[in-house]
Amino acid sequence: MAEIKVDCTGETCPVPLVETRKALRKAKEGDIVEVIGTHPASKKEIPMAVKALGLELIDVQEEGGMWKIKIRK
Amino acid sequence: MAGKVTIIVHSGDMDKVYSAFIVANGALAMGMEASLFFTFWGLQRLKKGELGKGPLSKMNMLGLGKWMVKRRMKKAGAASLERLLQDFHELGGKILACDMTMQIMGIKKEDLRDDLISDYCAVGTYIDEAKDSTITLFI
Repeated sequence: MAEIKVDCTGETCPVPLVETRKALRKAKEGDIVEVIGTHPASKKEIPMAVKALGLELIDVQEEGGMWKIKIRK
Repeated sequence: MAGKVTIIVHSGDMDKVYSAFIVANGALAMGMEASLFFTFWGLQRLKKGELGKGPLSKMNMLGLGKWMVKRRMKKAGAASLERLLQDFHELGGKILACDMTMQIMGIKKEDLRDDLISDYCAVGTYIDEAKDSTITLFI
């Protein structure tokens, strides 16, 4: 199982959401996708997409305006 | 979440084309299908090299307003229209081109970015796409 990192620091709507989806499409079942970014709305919206896609949201963290979201495919 | 978004892109204004691609890419990112039906002024944006060439829908001021907005967008880290189009394509979005607009405006297939266009069609295809869509917009 691979761990795929996606860096969306400084990116704004809709890039973090789209980059997350692109990474999830390429990932294999069981892989972990970890997205980091700074766009505030994406911190709420990426988990919405994860739910809509029926995947598992492992963790959401935020520190100093930077968030980190972990997803299992 | 399944479902589908179908958008008529009638406007060729830069800001409105942005809206269409942002909504469509958001839908694709959330696992929906998305189709963009380009017609009239919107279709002009599918000509080679014309994607970002539209004016601003308001306060264009002979391009000065557009220049200011583009500068601010760059500062905010907004993606280019070309990037949004490539992402749309990569995530399986469908681009439809209105053939009547092509006839009226004398646009040929070779004038358009044919590699990105799934179909050259008319209202029947739009309805066929839209009838199964949970979201449909006219921009």
